[in-house]
Amino acid sequence: MAAINREDVAHLARLAHIEMSAEELDRMAGELAVIVDAVKSVSEAAGEDVPATSHPIPLNNVFREDVVGHLLSAEQALSGAPDSDDNRFKVPAILDED
Amino acid sequence: MTELNNSLIHQSAAALSAKLIAREVSAVEVTQAHLDRIADVDGQVNAFLHVNAEEALAVASDVDAIRAAGGEAAAGLHDLAGVPIAVKDLIVTVGQPTTAGSKILEGWHSPYDATVIRKLRAAKMPILGKTNLDEFAMGSSTEHSAYGPTRNPWDLDRIPGGSGGGSAAAVAAFEAPLALGTDTGGSIRQPGAVTGTVGMKPTYGAVSRYGAIAMASSLDQIGPVSRTVLDSALLQEVVGGHDPYDSTSLSDPFDNLVTAARTGNVAGMKIGIIKELHGEGYQAGVENRFNESLELLREAGAEIVEVSCPNFQYALGAYYLIMPSEVSSNLAKFDGVRYGLRVLPKDGPMTIERVMGATRAAGFGDEVKRRIILGTYALSAGYYDAYYGSAQKVRTLIQRDFDAAFAQADVLISPTSPTTAFKLGEKLDDPLAMYLNDVATIPANMAGIPGLSLPGGLADEDGLPVGIQLLAPARQDARVYRVGSVLESLLEEKWGGPLLAQAPVLGSSSTIAGGSK
Repeated sequence: MAAINREDVAHLARLAHIEMSAEELDRMAGELAVIVDAVKSVSEAAGEDVPATSHPIPLNNVFREDVVGHLLSAEQALSGAPDSDDNRFKVPAILDED
Repeated sequence: MTELNNSLIHQSAAALSAKLIAREVSAVEVTQAHLDRIADVDGQVNAFLHVNAEEALAVASDVDAIRAAGGEAAAGLHDLAGVPIAVKDLIVTVGQPTTAGSKILEGWHSPYDATVIRKLRAAKMPILGKTNLDEFAMGSSTEHSAYGPTRNPWDLDRIPGGSGGGSAAAVAAFEAPLALGTDTGGSIRQPGAVTGTVGMKPTYGAVSRYGAIAMASSLDQIGPVSRTVLDSALLQEVVGGHDPYDSTSLSDPFDNLVTAARTGNVAGMKIGIIKELHGEGYQAGVENRFNESLELLREAGAEIVEVSCPNFQYALGAYYLIMPSEVSSNLAKFDGVRYGLRVLPKDGPMTIERVMGATRAAGFGDEVKRRIILGTYALSAGYYDAYYGSAQKVRTLIQRDFDAAFAQADVLISPTSPTTAFKLGEKLDDPLAMYLNDVATIPANMAGIPGLSLPGGLADEDGLPVGIQLLAPARQDARVYRVGSVLESLLEEKWGGPLLAQAPVLGSSSTIAGGSK
């Protein structure tokens, strides 16, 4: 399995929407390489025939009563927002205009 | 500190409950005693991020008024009404800030209460405040809190464990008789072990996760933190039970926990030592205390057997793929739009994407960033099958190991943590060394089974607390309380009192209840 390098980390940081300085990328790449190396044996632990477990205690078809639940008012929902206007979240430009 | 205060803060929750019901003390006196204690020692310990004095005293005063009036309302009060509690700051509360130990949520107030908080309010248990944690519960030392580390009451230069070091330290320092924690890979049990307190991770789904800020949803579990096994059982019965707002919540009744803790008996029980979870890599003093507990259980009539769980060698690795994968998804919601911090980029175009990048860069600490990047990696095309997919298969193998082990033993036993509390800063620059603290606690989260840590004594080489972990099959939470309470009483008989009576004295003028005046 390929080791994780600085370019990988830069790409992953972009995907995860975390700006990183050059120094941070260097440090993170070094630390993650050690961690990835330590966990890679996992890929050889189980044979093809072993089913995956995504949830520790399987439950199927979980529904709740079809009644009105806890609702937040617009005011409550916006109470922690950094910016809002006219009962809506206010964000900077969605698209890069240039 | 007054003598009354001093005697009140050293009581168990069960003892406080009895005194409150008998009206020997008032709920306001009990709550004020703990608030005074917090004022006295929290400057040293830093267990609390927020103290909720006004509301806690109002709830206590309400309990006193109801008890004084008598009649049906008094009879209908919960037994723990008026017994104060601290809450890990990962659990959302109306009327108090919830930070998750992160700058990204600094000053944020939740518009709703977690289910466990609604249950505490219904039981009229005064909430003393919110306790410190590693940022978003990611860590084993509380050093990853954006608000400074919590210190271990046994040695203020050492870590109190993590992520729930605040809850464990608050209880160990007699700032609260009870606390709530969350446990994703050991965050209730490992802090319990290194602070000489009790911590329980219930069966996955036994306590609602609604309102616990999610770290890794298939592993996270809210549970009790206390100084006695019985107190944890009492608290789990308050906060547990089915919740339609958590689709992973179990409908099974968990109403036999207190009975189990009160009527413990291990005669004829089979207790399994997990071969892979002791010995090499475990501190000598930890191993000695572990063996001593085995001997006590054997003398009390239990049969000690050895079981092997060969796939546990992959548990830590699988955990560090599954958990970050879920983290990278769960923490995507901190985007600088709906709540919390927003940081604008210094220059260039002001798009939402760049605002997100700047906000998350400034709002998250190093460990959170590491885990988000690692999870994004494990889930990315080309690596998904090798990493996340393989880790999920290992999860199946771990469950099969437990199934085989529980076919040979009623409960399993191990040290909770391979070492006692280490020095602040000692492992901060070595993420992998930090991760190894949870090697014995992670398998229970992977399989969803209950695990309890209780004090097992002090390590010979450093005089610091050692934790003993008990594990039972899913839904058999009562079994660990039953064995835990027996082991606790055998050990306390040996020590001549609770382990915390041997802890150094903190604060201005406190003494252990019953000790010197």
